[in-house]
Amino acid sequence: MKYFLQRLGFYVFTAWAAITLNFFIPRLIPGDPVQALITKYQGQLSSQAIESLYVLFGLDENGSLWSDYVDYWKQLFGGDLGLSFAFFPTPVSEVLGDSILWTLMLVGVTTILSFAIGTGLGVLAGWRRGSWTDGLLPVTTFLSSVPYFWLGIIAIYLFTGPDSFFPSGGGAEVGLVPAWDVYFIPSAIQHSLLPALTILVSSVSGWILSMRNMMVTVASEDYITVAHAKGLPERRVALSYAARNALLPNVSGFALSLGFIVGGTFLVEIVFSYPGIGFQLFQALGANDYPLMQGIFLIITISVLVANLLADIAYLLLDPRTRKEG
Amino acid sequence: MTIPTSSIEQVIPVQGSMAQPESGRPAKAKRQRFRFLSNRKATAGLIILAVYLLLAVIGPWIAPFDPGARGDDLMQPPSGEHWMGTTHLGQDVWSQLLVGTRSVIMVGFVAGIVATTLSVIIGVTSGYAGGRTDEALSVLTNVFLVIPALPLIIIVTSILENAGEWVVALVIGFTSWSWNARVLRAQTLSLRRRDYVEAARATGERSRRIILFELLPNLTAVIASGFVGTVIFAVLSEITLAFIGITSSNTWNWGTILFWAQGQQALARSAWWWFVPAGLAIAILGTALSLINFAIDEFVSPRLRSAGKTKIKTSSGRTVRMRIGFTPVLSNSPEPITRASPIPLIDPNGATPVVRKEATS
Repeated sequence: MKYFLQRLGFYVFTAWAAITLNFFIPRLIPGDPVQALITKYQGQLSSQAIESLYVLFGLDENGSLWSDYVDYWKQLFGGDLGLSFAFFPTPVSEVLGDSILWTLMLVGVTTILSFAIGTGLGVLAGWRRGSWTDGLLPVTTFLSSVPYFWLGIIAIYLFTGPDSFFPSGGGAEVGLVPAWDVYFIPSAIQHSLLPALTILVSSVSGWILSMRNMMVTVASEDYITVAHAKGLPERRVALSYAARNALLPNVSGFALSLGFIVGGTFLVEIVFSYPGIGFQLFQALGANDYPLMQGIFLIITISVLVANLLADIAYLLLDPRTRKEG
Repeated sequence: MTIPTSSIEQVIPVQGSMAQPESGRPAKAKRQRFRFLSNRKATAGLIILAVYLLLAVIGPWIAPFDPGARGDDLMQPPSGEHWMGTTHLGQDVWSQLLVGTRSVIMVGFVAGIVATTLSVIIGVTSGYAGGRTDEALSVLTNVFLVIPALPLIIIVTSILENAGEWVVALVIGFTSWSWNARVLRAQTLSLRRRDYVEAARATGERSRRIILFELLPNLTAVIASGFVGTVIFAVLSEITLAFIGITSSNTWNWGTILFWAQGQQALARSAWWWFVPAGLAIAILGTALSLINFAIDEFVSPRLRSAGKTKIKTSSGRTVRMRIGFTPVLSNSPEPITRASPIPLIDPNGATPVVRKEATS
């Protein structure tokens, strides 16, 4: 329990750090972006919206840095992330709300699948060292070096076409309204297959490799030899003795590399015009939509933190030693 | 070829002497100098990397065309004149690729150096100092580790308008040091309590000297592998930034090529020559760097090597699978060897060496 509270404290601290970072980033912008915006949308901005934008960009002439900071927190707790420029005048929180579910479905499911498949193959490759599984390594090395988005481009080039099963982009058939019904769900799944496969192929190799190396290390431990000497079935030694212990570092590695993975998967969304957070980020970049970018960074960071917390809980369940200490 | 081998050579003597302390004789040391290179993965990786480094230096000179110059052959597939075809404006893709190599390699190495320096300073200090300093630095490291680096890099570079190569390299370097720092801290922690470090401390060596001359040489492999890893990450990040079009478009790199290919619907026009070479160039460079990293890993921990053939066929036609911790013994007796045999039949004269050793001691 003590361990858990420590981790929780750390995540709260990290969230604070990320939000503070987010507060300072817009202050790097040269010039006066708000003024540019006001001229662009002449007369359409209410004075309150202008005020909130100034706070967001730290251009509030009246206040000190500290009062800006306090105001920024107040806005955050009110759920106000500012107005999006690209989708003017929709609030950022609404834009994000529309796209977060897409990303969660695609990236969440594929990341977990990739971890599970990669770990499984890694167990096999580590245990059967010297068999055909060693041939997996060069292939996976190559695949993990390919940028996600390039693999996506190639996948689109090879597998999509006018009469192909795979659509070349988008989240679902044009014209379908997002809902849990028989028209929308199959179409959404069909659209997500190719991006999901792309992410899977390029991310699975990292897990194979780290799990293999852990298995090889664990396989020479004394308790494995003892388990063999006891005459336990090979399968039992491999799974309950070796894999179980080799899994622990991989789980903490999973938590720590989530930040990297999320960044890579966004590019896949961009290539496939998949209506998730990554694609939104792309559009925000094109339109110099700073509030949306900030909101996206915030939401990614917080999701990664939550995922980390979940991985920590999994670690807690897997490793009795952490429970004993607390 | 000169740069990678020399940097590795610096690694070898230290590592060799750590692995085999008795190798003081010059003849032996000379042979060990190239032990790292005897690993096939290392050789392959270093050769590929050397080719890239060479192209980074001479690429702009040997490029047959100006990468930005428009030509009359629009969207031509590969031919004798244009080895990798042309773009929608008649630009030569092969020249773009050659010219772009320099920027890719430069950003990768600058970011790698910045991140490695930061990680050594923070990781080793944190591991060696302990106490409050360690806690504070660990939290800092973990915060940077958990915050998603790529989105942060994207947002920062997009705000710094028209960021050039140097800015991109520095931004990547300053955001991607955390993983190495973490690994280095753990290594330093385990080295700090070794006898030779304790001895150095007992003889009154200064902390700075202990860190520089006792700890760092033994961390070389970890630092090198961290550096290579960061270079991979930096190269991929730079290309990503260029691909989504937020870095300045004056300089060519492979991401810029992909950016134009994507923007000009190269896919729909089935102009595969426009985007396949750049992607392959990235993938091969990444593979080479990963190979070097595997070789370093295997050098430090020889267990990780691919075992080669472990299944051996005996003359009697039985197959035996070799494994760590067991020495297969082939008996000539016709009786089948079972996994667990009943115990009572122990012959006191034929006891195993282990038992005998215990009996005498």
